[in-house]
Amino acid sequence: MSAAPGRPRQARAPGGVRLTPARIGIYAFLLTAALFFLLPLYIMLVTSFKTMDEIRLGNIFALPLSVTLEPWMIAWSQACTGVNCNGIRGGFWNSVLIVIPSTVLPILLGALNGYALSFWKPRGSQALFAILMIGAFIPVQVMMYPLVRILASVGLFSSLPGIVTVHIIFSMPVMTLLFRNYYLSIPQELFKAARIDGGGFWRIFAQLMLPMSTPMIIVAAIMQVTGVWNDYILGLVFAGRDNLPMTVQLNNVINTTTGERLYNVNMAATILTSMVPLAIYFFSGRWFVRGIAAGAVKG
Amino acid sequence: MKARLLHLSRQLVSWSALLPMALTVLVAYLGTVLWSLKVSLTNSRTFPSDEYVGLAQYERLFNNDRWLLSLENLALYGVLFIAICMLLGFLLAVFIDQKVMAEGALRTVFLYPYAMSFVATGLVWQWMLNPGNGIQQALRQLGWQDFTFDWIIDQDMVMYTIVIATVWQASGLVMAMLLAGLRGIDEEIWKAARIDGIPTWRVYVSIVLPMLAPSVATVFVLLFTAVIKLFDSVVSMTQGGPGTASEVPAKFIMDHLFGRANIALASAGSMVLLLTVLALVAPFLYARSRARRREERG
Repeated sequence: MSAAPGRPRQARAPGGVRLTPARIGIYAFLLTAALFFLLPLYIMLVTSFKTMDEIRLGNIFALPLSVTLEPWMIAWSQACTGVNCNGIRGGFWNSVLIVIPSTVLPILLGALNGYALSFWKPRGSQALFAILMIGAFIPVQVMMYPLVRILASVGLFSSLPGIVTVHIIFSMPVMTLLFRNYYLSIPQELFKAARIDGGGFWRIFAQLMLPMSTPMIIVAAIMQVTGVWNDYILGLVFAGRDNLPMTVQLNNVINTTTGERLYNVNMAATILTSMVPLAIYFFSGRWFVRGIAAGAVKG
Repeated sequence: MKARLLHLSRQLVSWSALLPMALTVLVAYLGTVLWSLKVSLTNSRTFPSDEYVGLAQYERLFNNDRWLLSLENLALYGVLFIAICMLLGFLLAVFIDQKVMAEGALRTVFLYPYAMSFVATGLVWQWMLNPGNGIQQALRQLGWQDFTFDWIIDQDMVMYTIVIATVWQASGLVMAMLLAGLRGIDEEIWKAARIDGIPTWRVYVSIVLPMLAPSVATVFVLLFTAVIKLFDSVVSMTQGGPGTASEVPAKFIMDHLFGRANIALASAGSMVLLLTVLALVAPFLYARSRARRREERG
């Protein structure tokens, strides 16, 4: 699974790149597929720039006759979730506040776990790791209610630290695996040399291993930011009313409104909510794919 | 003596570093599973009770029409979702692998939905499939008067709309992972096949596909766990409707945990999900660890 996609390779199809019927078929298939994949993005975009009149009368595929930015403004700062009409900007900032600690802490813990598991190997740790790996496959619903009770008993339920704790718990299997595999590929000699030079557990971790882990930290950060930003169910249950992430507020805006649905506002809100992970995807490219491949064991 | 003390203190430091992981494994993973198991054997309603009722909750669960419908929906959805994702993902990977122009752009286009949340995906497709303003209406306006595409409000068809939306979201992932597998295949195999005059499609089906087995297995497990988790997309697209036509087990459990205050029944449902996952994942993990051990032995 470590093979990076996109390595250039020699031509394999006989006939190379001449335009044969087979080549035309290949392009026809790929372009049709590309249209299918792009259609929703196109429709989201054009709908978000239309007025409601145009949506009522018009065609979902048509370009807007008069481009309006109003739906974006309303989505950001006026759309209603229940009695609150402050738009989804609150959700945006809540998501930011959740994502930052839920990215930094799991990465630090994952690196620490991976480091201890691959270099120090204290007795019993491998068994612990094996259970953690199976734990990755436990459906969240099984853990949901007990976690609610446990967090409530320590006063963390429905709070920012509560939702961050939950994200730490659910991301621990992948984060640990990611760094464990990475550290296993580092020669043991390096670690032994550091030991002989008198490095202790923490010093070797902070001054040698962590700085060497930059590529893994980038991959892990991309995965974590995307995953936490896109999470719905954990935010819904654990974040509490004051910290609802953007995905939950988006769903509330769209699925709980009464009266006429403002499709243009809804689509603008959907794009706004998807902006962060999409931006990460478009700018990080290969790293994103690498993260998927590395974290593929997880569910 | 001194050496042993040193060794002990070394163990102590590394153990203390693993304390958060140990706590997570023991409390958050093992502890919660045991707790749910215990609750599922009691007659708890809003709060856990200690009154054991044996397997009565499981019996009740499998006499519950909504649960049975949820399972049926999930089975239908799971088969279609996995089959279509695999097929589409494999075809995309193979076609992209033919030295096409703009490969990078195509890959980006096929994979971007995977960066979107299930909620956003569900909402876009809800908008497109809505018969009043969506695709149906648009094609009617273009002169196709009796065009009908109202699956999302049709009790018999609604599950298929969820398949469409989630296939759109996830098949790029299959493409990316299988493409990585394809690129890892030895060039010699292609040369040998060409010399023997075997047609390209035949090489893909009979030689390449079996060689991709580990990637395919990983993708399968990935998609399977996504099926079991199916919740966000349903909530954002149909809220389980029309009626109860698109109810799924994860939603059944959530509703009974938080809306209907029947945590025992919900826990029984969650244990059924857990057993289903383990029954499938355990052989996979076992096979993989065996393969790895064999590799290490050389």
